[in-house]
Amino acid sequence: MSDHPSTYQPNTAIERWLDTRLPIIRFGADLMSFPTPRNLNYWYTFGGILAFCLGVQIVTGIVLAMHYDPSGAGAFLSVQRGIMRDVNYGWLIRGLHANGASMFFLAVYIHILRGLYYGSYKAPREVLWLLGCVIYVLMMATAFMGYVLPWGQMSFWGAKVITSLFGAFPFIGKPLTALLWGGFSVDEPTLNRFFSLHYLLPFAIAAVVALHIWALHVPGNANPTGVEVKSKSDTLPFHPYYTVKDLFAISVFMILFAVFVFYMPEALGKVDNQSMADPLKTPAHIVPEWYLLPFYAILRAIPDKLIGVLALAGALGMLFILPWLDTSKVRSMRYRPQYRMFFFIWIVACAALGWCGAQEPDGQVIHGLTTFNLIDYDLNSVTWLSRISSIYYFAYFLVITPLLGLTETPLPVPDSLYTPVLSHPAGVPSGAAAAPETKG
Amino acid sequence: MVRGLYRARISFKVADSLAHSAPVADGSADPSRRDFIHIAAAAATLGGVAAVAWPLIDELNPAADTLALASLEYDVSKVALGQQVTISWRKQPVFIRHRTPAEIAKAKADDHVTADMKDPEPDANRVKAGHEEWLIVLASCTHLGCVPVFAQGDYGGWLCPCHGSQYDTSARIRKGPAPKNLEVPEYAFLSDTKVKIG
Ligand code: HEM
Ligand code: FES
Repeated sequence: MSDHPSTYQPNTAIERWLDTRLPIIRFGADLMSFPTPRNLNYWYTFGGILAFCLGVQIVTGIVLAMHYDPSGAGAFLSVQRGIMRDVNYGWLIRGLHANGASMFFLAVYIHILRGLYYGSYKAPREVLWLLGCVIYVLMMATAFMGYVLPWGQMSFWGAKVITSLFGAFPFIGKPLTALLWGGFSVDEPTLNRFFSLHYLLPFAIAAVVALHIWALHVPGNANPTGVEVKSKSDTLPFHPYYTVKDLFAISVFMILFAVFVFYMPEALGKVDNQSMADPLKTPAHIVPEWYLLPFYAILRAIPDKLIGVLALAGALGMLFILPWLDTSKVRSMRYRPQYRMFFFIWIVACAALGWCGAQEPDGQVIHGLTTFNLIDYDLNSVTWLSRISSIYYFAYFLVITPLLGLTETPLPVPDSLYTPVLSHPAGVPSGAAAAPETKG
Repeated sequence: MVRGLYRARISFKVADSLAHSAPVADGSADPSRRDFIHIAAAAATLGGVAAVAWPLIDELNPAADTLALASLEYDVSKVALGQQVTISWRKQPVFIRHRTPAEIAKAKADDHVTADMKDPEPDANRVKAGHEEWLIVLASCTHLGCVPVFAQGDYGGWLCPCHGSQYDTSARIRKGPAPKNLEVPEYAFLSDTKVKIG
């Protein structure tokens, strides 16, 4: 809350001296005592988890950069021989960095879904939401460029396909790709600039995260009920209540992270990336990293190149304009059973798109089934599943969200965020409203 | 720069006279002199920013040594009938395909089926007269740049592994998301077997 009065008392002479010159201790103390809704559940710990992920990527990345050689001839070897075999603990640092990117996206997806479910994007938090969308786009750019650095076959061809997306624009397409590549195709100049930008962008992300947290601290946190904080009794100080809750969640998250790093370090990678980039040969089946698959499926669902690229960008654009598409006065989906149902179907559509993105373009959904045709179209194909899911993806934002907000009758919303906690005897959680931790 | 300032001044005078509908005298006490300094300073700053931004953007474009990778000679007699080779020209893959008479006939026959062609073009325009057996094209799928796979797909030309575009034996796009035929680079036959690309 913006009117949160500072409770910091400088106790020593040196603190008082510093407080009148650079009140940085006060700044930190005010962050720690920040009044936070008392009913935040574990879905709200993913912000802290994301900060942890960014820290891991920056620390491991800086160390990797000390051993990495961004040259066409040297990049692959410096990763596969140098870092993976010769550098002390290089395998561990790269394992953390490569899997850390996936963990980062896992966390950001849960964080975004949390925001969608509880209506965190609604007034007065639109700017907070937009900054989050900017971070997400920067993360995708960073991860994409990072994935090019090991200079394996997937790195190279992934880079080729994604940069060629910009070639879809009429007239400026060709000069634009030449500008991106610094050559006639993806080549060493491309690798060099991607390395430079891959080093830079995480720090840009850190800066936007600072703005994101600033924007959070103006209205304060929303919460699972969607009811705004009304009095001091609705809140708890951030520390120790949420520092400990976040740290516990981070610890659990680290267990999952460690399972990947130590037991299945290559599970999310592609074998093709273990062979060096070859500009003359495309791997038989190229797929992006899992976190980009739904967008890739939308791109492929459309037979026209330019429209495909615009749809891909539009799919991201939906997130940006969502605050102005949602017409409902009720914030949380807890009290919007119909919207909730459409939301769950939307998650299924995203998962279906993700699955389609990983399949061969002319594959079937159920192998061997041949008689599922409508007029001329084989509805059992990956293409058609992608198309139907893409249509639902857009319809959810552009049709369902604006219309349902006007027609749906929400469930009764509690008077204060404290009521649903108090209305049940402590320790005997009965029904969903009494157990916010398991909700949603 | 001087001319720029001069122009800024003239355009300012025009704007000013429009606003006050009175001609501006060159009077030294005129407050419009201060406005002029503001506009000139802003224009100079903008010009300065643009002058610095352009080198920073243009630096990303292909460097002189990259552009200098000019032409390449290749002895096509090394390619067996019905086969192709992929060579690297300006760091881009290029197909040199030795077409069989059946493939050439098919390509020519398809000149007339323009219905399923996105980018109709007769086979004769895509090869050199008298050298119809040699089809030389950039091996970059016009969709998103993958290298199509030889002799696969419904049209006997190429199939792109990335998003399933199909090309015929004249490397024309017939099916899938690619918008254009595979590009024919600039090339010439120096002799019956020697070809110069670029
Ligand atoms: C937002 C944070 C970041 C993300 C999401 C990210 C993502 C990635 C990904 C996906 C890879 C490819 C991993 C592989 O398959 O090997 C990679 C590689 C790399 N990254 Fe990052 N990164 C981030 C931050 C950084 C930073 C801050 C640096 C340097 C200061 C850095 C330096 C490197 C280097 C040198 C490589 C190549 C070595 C390798 O492939 O393991 N990264 N990054
Ligand atoms: S790159 Fe060839 S079909 Fe997409």
